[in-house]
Amino acid sequence: MRSSLPVLLLLLAFGAGSAFAQDSSAVLTGIPAQPASYAEFMAGPDAAMFTVNNLWILIATALVFIMHLGFATIESGLTQSRNTVNILFKNVYVVCMGVMVYAFWGFNAMYPGAGGWTINNVFAFGGPIANSFSGPEIVTHMTSAYGHPFTYWTNFIFQAMFAATASTIVAGAVAERIKLDSFMVYAFLLSMFIYPLAGSWGWGGGWLNGTMQSMFGHAFHDFAGSTFVHAFGGWASLAAVMILGPRTGKFAADGRVRPILGHSMPLVAIGGFLLFFGWFGFNGGSVMSADPQMVSRVIVTTTLSGFCGGLVSAFVSWKVLNKPDLSMSLNGMLAGLVGITAGADVTGVWAACAIGAIAGALVVFAVMFFDKVKIDDPVGAISVHGVCGLWGTLAVGIFGDGSFVVQLIGVGSVSLFAFASSYALFYLVKVTMGVRVSKEEENSGLDVGEHGQEAYPDFQLSGPNL
Amino acid sequence: MKLVKAIIKPFKLDEVKEALFEIGVQGMTVTEVKGFGRQKGHTEIYRGSEYTVDFLPKVMLDIAVSDELVPKIIEAIRSSAKTGKIGDGKIFVLPIENAVRIRTDEQGDSAI
Repeated sequence: MRSSLPVLLLLLAFGAGSAFAQDSSAVLTGIPAQPASYAEFMAGPDAAMFTVNNLWILIATALVFIMHLGFATIESGLTQSRNTVNILFKNVYVVCMGVMVYAFWGFNAMYPGAGGWTINNVFAFGGPIANSFSGPEIVTHMTSAYGHPFTYWTNFIFQAMFAATASTIVAGAVAERIKLDSFMVYAFLLSMFIYPLAGSWGWGGGWLNGTMQSMFGHAFHDFAGSTFVHAFGGWASLAAVMILGPRTGKFAADGRVRPILGHSMPLVAIGGFLLFFGWFGFNGGSVMSADPQMVSRVIVTTTLSGFCGGLVSAFVSWKVLNKPDLSMSLNGMLAGLVGITAGADVTGVWAACAIGAIAGALVVFAVMFFDKVKIDDPVGAISVHGVCGLWGTLAVGIFGDGSFVVQLIGVGSVSLFAFASSYALFYLVKVTMGVRVSKEEENSGLDVGEHGQEAYPDFQLSGPNL
Repeated sequence: MKLVKAIIKPFKLDEVKEALFEIGVQGMTVTEVKGFGRQKGHTEIYRGSEYTVDFLPKVMLDIAVSDELVPKIIEAIRSSAKTGKIGDGKIFVLPIENAVRIRTDEQGDSAI
């Protein structure tokens, strides 16, 4: 048994690598004979590697969690000080709510298993996760008999930490003018029903897997979520921002852009670095085992792509805007990370650099483009997550061994679905509850308006925002 | 008694303070202010969009002194705050009707 374990792990890693890293329906071959009890399994030869794998995914979970602090700080820094409590509150709410609805509905809707589909490979009803296990269930969920090199609990919590991210991305794009209760209702519905549904098409073993495989000979490849997390969140944001409209004063009557300055560049930098830190778990954990060659490869491609993105956007902004722009460079780092997230397991090191470099350039032009067409996105969420998520997914068909057509169908369908459902959802919230705060509240800040609190009560204001 | 109000470049504050100490000024009040004169503003870039900053950061000193010190103070500030480039600032001199030291109730010149 001891000698067969490394083979099994390699199979796992390669199986995951060539299809869907986060696909829990992956059929495993060579599963060891089912142990009689958990105690017997833990006393056996497979326990050590199982523990290592399980531990790595749990560490990765914690790393993904800290990305929520990254989002909170980067969004606070890029907006005005009078909206800081509101931004932070939304981030607290989204991570708490996101994981709860994933436990209550999302996990089972996203990973229905072979027999769990309501409409085959397109839609599955969700439901609460297991409460606890006893008797033989412990063996089937807590040992390698579960079909993964980690337990059911680990599988759930790692996926749950991802789930809240899509709504967090929207939170940044709609900042400084959205009504809090409206956002909370919208984010709840998006996280509970829309995100798991789109995810099920790929990671849950839906039509982007089998149907694409039989039609084009290639399954859709999204390693850790350029499409299912980032493009989804980015295009959902675009729909929300189109209905919500720009912040008051962002665009002058003659069409000129009047930038509304973020209040803390140090917070933006902390956020950018925290997100990068969390990405080691976001991509590294998506290997779905601690397989040394795969985890190290993924972390190298991820890191180099992110750094290339940062460098290129720094120089592109220097060339295009005549000055090296800090917040653009940080956006560029994140753009490189978003870009490599689809193909971190199948692209070579230098291809990863190219993907990051192109993402870093794209993000600068995308930010300027959305300003030009009067789409007001204070944090660049649509550019970083939408545009670069799209690019990274397509890049698998260019630099990896994926099919460009399949990648295009996958990212296109998920993006369109995210945009359309977000548009419908946000419109529904608009006509029932309203989505914008009043002009007076926008001028005096959402901190006092929505929360009756200030982020910096000790600061003496030296006058109006000059 | 006179109130000398000087608006200077922020990075000159320490030099000006030293120069004022040297001629015997015992106290002052400093405020961070923003404004412009002939210098006008300049352009900055935020995430790809240019904008003009009309109000530049300056520091304003308020110094209450007896009449005979005024020429020395003006000279001290003028020489220590001067860079020769546009935007060095202005000095205003205003009359003071009365001054009161709260702790002792001294009035007039002895209060400053």
